[in-house]
Amino acid sequence: MRAEGTAIKYGNNVDTDVIIPARYLATQSHIELASHCMEDIDKSFVSRVKPGDIMVAGANFGCGSSREHAPIAIKASGISCVIAENFARIFYRNAINIGLAILECPEAARSIGEGDEVSIDFDTGIIKNVTRDEKYQAQPFPAFIKDMIEKGGLMASIKGGRKCTKALR
Amino acid sequence: MGMTMTQKILASHAGLPSVAAGQLIKAKLDLVLANDITGPVAINEFEKAGFEDVDRTARIALVMDHFAPNKDIKSAESCKKCRTFSKRFGIENFYDVGEMGIEHALIPEKGLIAPGEAAIGADSHTCTYGALGAFSTGVGSTDMAAAMATGETWFKVPEAIKVNLIGKKQRWVSGKDIILHLIGMIGVDGALYKSLEFSGDGLADLSMADRLTISNMAIEAGAKNGIFAVDDITLRYMQERCDRSFESYEADPGAEYVRIIDLDLSEIPCTVSWPHLPSNTHPATEGGNIEIDQVVIGSCTNGNIEDMAVAAEILRGRHIKSGLRGIVIPATPKIYMQCVDRGYVRIFMDAGCIVSTPTCGPCLGGHMGILAAGERAVSTTNRNFVGRMGHTESEVYLASPAVAAASAITGHISHPGEVVSA
Ligand code: SF4
Repeated sequence: MRAEGTAIKYGNNVDTDVIIPARYLATQSHIELASHCMEDIDKSFVSRVKPGDIMVAGANFGCGSSREHAPIAIKASGISCVIAENFARIFYRNAINIGLAILECPEAARSIGEGDEVSIDFDTGIIKNVTRDEKYQAQPFPAFIKDMIEKGGLMASIKGGRKCTKALR
Repeated sequence: MGMTMTQKILASHAGLPSVAAGQLIKAKLDLVLANDITGPVAINEFEKAGFEDVDRTARIALVMDHFAPNKDIKSAESCKKCRTFSKRFGIENFYDVGEMGIEHALIPEKGLIAPGEAAIGADSHTCTYGALGAFSTGVGSTDMAAAMATGETWFKVPEAIKVNLIGKKQRWVSGKDIILHLIGMIGVDGALYKSLEFSGDGLADLSMADRLTISNMAIEAGAKNGIFAVDDITLRYMQERCDRSFESYEADPGAEYVRIIDLDLSEIPCTVSWPHLPSNTHPATEGGNIEIDQVVIGSCTNGNIEDMAVAAEILRGRHIKSGLRGIVIPATPKIYMQCVDRGYVRIFMDAGCIVSTPTCGPCLGGHMGILAAGERAVSTTNRNFVGRMGHTESEVYLASPAVAAASAITGHISHPGEVVSA
């Protein structure tokens, strides 16, 4: 599993309210959510993001309300991975559960600049900054998380009509 | 490297010899829980994905507590969805009006969780069961749906803060004062994502009710879970409720903690959290000029029989201030009947309080005790955020049952010593 794209960079404490403002939460349409992604912090995001691009941010990314709409909006906008120094707990869970790749890597989060070309190898956890010719090491995902992201999220990855085999207790 | 208590439980449920902080693991679950708000969302997800059956390795519990007995048509439909689902899949641990209590009081009471077990619940206060030496944490409805289908979930292994308890509590001080005091010290994000692990000689002075209250509010310090070392008090509690065999885990001597906090119980006063954050703590003795309109004694934090006993001790033979509304909510039917049998119901009602059916009710501003603009409540619940118990211009002061009962009598925030001599 790999990702390649241009870095779009933000600072610390990007909260779920700026990722997708509450006034748009009534919709469940991923496309509509994506069309307002980052609107309150970066009006140009929607027009400049290209499929595969990589979002890079500082500490505590995704703090605030637990809305699952936030990672959905980012994923639907075409972002292939979010790299941050660290993530708020519920955002972290929600992102993986909906199949958005996210990596914690303080070094990459600090060194990658806006517009840098970045490639990620999820098997090894190596993040390459092609523009600056640098490499950063993130902890690679275990196989089951990779599987979950590849299949599009938690529900999709466990689908297949599991039947009961063990006794009730 | 040594593991914390939480890490050892997670390793065993992941089938791994060891785990380290930050590691992503897949773990087997013993208990999967939801309520009448989060259950229907999880059921929708479960049905949308087209599963033919639920997993039978973990116990699934669905507790109709938040808006039950149903307060309106919408909540009736939500409970109906859970009822139909439970019937369809033969879910034994479905608790409806009559058997239903507030989930985090009911689950331990029924022996549905034991030391060393792992649980998730689509409710943030699922961390309560750490009191028994179990790993338990709150998750979202999608996690719940997946866990109902598979009996497992994924976790990121947390770091831990060790809270070393020493000394003995002062008169009237309880688990509530201890956890409010701790949150006041470290802040509402003081334990963000981490485990709070409680141990030390001071444990001997904490009843199971005290521990349940403390673990319940671990989330108010941002913690993923709040867990207690297993001792005789735990084992005695389990003996009366659960005949499964279980394993007690202890932190390794070399376990790594990001922070160690020494907490001397003898130095903790009766503590109250002023609005609008649980971390906004003050000694109860500072509340003399804060007039109140309502007192609520109950919730998953303080609705146990020990909480009822303290309230009864203070209210016995006294009357609450005229014009003040006193609402007492035993958390489960069993606790309710104990209140009847021990004469507490008469004491509460003679004192001018009403004793309500087990429900979350006013705790989340749901029903049965909502505040109007400008009103103030002293409440034994766990959150005092803006609008939590009603109007956004109302205020909630978080306190122990002893402080709440004393405050009901005087009409302002009071230390129990103000109404009871010694
Ligand atoms: S009593 Fe309050 S905090 Fe506890 S489960 Fe109910 S609503 Fe949540």
